[in-house]
Amino acid sequence: MVGELEFEKPLIELRKKISELKEFTKTADVDLSAEIEKLEARLEKLENETYANLTPWDRVQIARHPNRPTTLDYIQRLFTNFLECHGDRLFGEDEAIVGGIAKYDGLPVTVIGHQRGKDTKENIRRNFGMPHPEGYRKALRLMKQAEKFGRPIICFIDTKGAYPGKAAEERGQSEAIARNLFEMAGLKVPIVCIVIGEGGSGGALALGVGNHIHMLENSTYSVISPEGAAAILWKDASLARRAAETMKITAPDLKALGVIDEIIPEVRGGAHRDVDEQAKAIDQVLKQSLKELLTLDGHALVEQRYEKFKQIGKFTFSRDYLGVK
Amino acid sequence: MLKELFTKKKKYASIPSEQMKQDVPEGIMTKCPKCKKIMYTKELVKNLRVCISCHYHHPMPSRERIASLLDEGSFREYDAEMISENPLQFPDYLEKLEADRRKSNLNEAVVTGEGTLNGYPLVIAVMDSAFRMGSMGSVVGEKITRAVEKAQELGVPFLIFTASGGARMQEGVLSLMQMAKTSAALKRFSEEGGLIISVMTHPTTGGVSASFASLGDYNFAEPGALIGFAGRRVIEQTVREELPEDFQTAEFLLKHGQLDAVIHRHELKETLTNVLDIHQARGDGGWWEN
Repeated sequence: MVGELEFEKPLIELRKKISELKEFTKTADVDLSAEIEKLEARLEKLENETYANLTPWDRVQIARHPNRPTTLDYIQRLFTNFLECHGDRLFGEDEAIVGGIAKYDGLPVTVIGHQRGKDTKENIRRNFGMPHPEGYRKALRLMKQAEKFGRPIICFIDTKGAYPGKAAEERGQSEAIARNLFEMAGLKVPIVCIVIGEGGSGGALALGVGNHIHMLENSTYSVISPEGAAAILWKDASLARRAAETMKITAPDLKALGVIDEIIPEVRGGAHRDVDEQAKAIDQVLKQSLKELLTLDGHALVEQRYEKFKQIGKFTFSRDYLGVK
Repeated sequence: MLKELFTKKKKYASIPSEQMKQDVPEGIMTKCPKCKKIMYTKELVKNLRVCISCHYHHPMPSRERIASLLDEGSFREYDAEMISENPLQFPDYLEKLEADRRKSNLNEAVVTGEGTLNGYPLVIAVMDSAFRMGSMGSVVGEKITRAVEKAQELGVPFLIFTASGGARMQEGVLSLMQMAKTSAALKRFSEEGGLIISVMTHPTTGGVSASFASLGDYNFAEPGALIGFAGRRVIEQTVREELPEDFQTAEFLLKHGQLDAVIHRHELKETLTNVLDIHQARGDGGWWEN
């Protein structure tokens, strides 16, 4: 089966065996129902064990699953009246980010997200969901517009990172990201951010300065990819599995570090198994978030966002300081 | 005879004796990495660490930077005792911090405080690449945020010198979030009309260039400083395109409209004074007031 993951191999083998036995009983005149039942019970148990004990690296694999639902998959299921708006009005259109206006259960909203492709052709068009500065500037344009009309903003985060390229640097990748962080901090409308896949570094954060930040159970959010971390730390990108654990990049890790608000449970085996069900789980959390935030006025929203980020970080004080004289 | 002219002379490298090594204290001479000229370190420091021969700007320690700009005795440091923890339980992180503390005489990668520059009061933050390559973890983010808040409280400009390889990996996503935290503080300060001046020095990359370094009302840089989001090697590997020689230098950024000006270190104080002067609330002419 396409898209099965490394850690799921034992499950696949067992499933195969069961279906083989079932096939066999159809043609041969032997009753194997007891055996099949036994194996099915074992499969059930194994599935429970496997999915209840996902390692960080397993989650990285799920987050990167080629069939993992994208921003547009969720937009289609969670919103009506979606009108995609293109372009940053400065340089061009970047399809690695999609955005537009829509209704969320009747409420006018602005929705923005990183957008990966579903196949190679689309991925090339969307640059594998890795934005250039114009993508971030388009996002900011739409956010400012949302503020003008008092619409809440919903951001879906799903990128390996901002694109590392010559043109991106020439057009000010750093400035574009910095500007989004700066401006998002001051927007007087509710902002809810949901990490749905990979949250890769500054390129993810540029859509991430929200009042509430939620993560799908098997998504990741990190300062650097596990491969990048391994290359820098141990000069060996193949140690990514170890880096994934060390770097604390999973939703439970981020919850423990006080960075995110809610972990949105995933369909067993990952969101790609049932997009409709997954959208429902997101819907529940999103609705709760907006209900809460819509009671706050513009000033209170900015304050809440400021305090939220202000408390992130760990430090202490020591008197052993040598001192700048 | 001609042949004799071109014979290669055997070259022997002279190995200084143990005695000689002890006679010349370490660090008395400095070699310019650009023009290879060897000069007295004292001479270099006196020249604000600008190469006397090719004007290459050597990295400047934060305390020298502060001394070179602020009025004598005016500097009061903030949060000097703030130090990092090890929130991810990252292997060897605390040991590395301790080693850098000894080596650099600094507690963290940024020094913040208040003082006056040619009489103009301001809050200043100076990053120092001698500590963990100036990388930004929780302490750097918190100190800068507090310094910005202090500038807002005092109603004075905020001046920052950046020098950083980017976010500090050992603090993972907490480092990443410092980008948002510092930017949010600047936004708040800016909304109240606060003046932000950013001077990018070598190197200013990654998460630092993609947050406060780029958020000045005026973004300046020192000549030759490396400034960019993604590393040159990463770009070369991902896109396999040839990058120009001056890629991601201050001059490259200026050419592409990303900077207000590139300023020689010897002219920096004068330029900053001018900017501070122009931002005096009512100026000093008075002719428009009848």
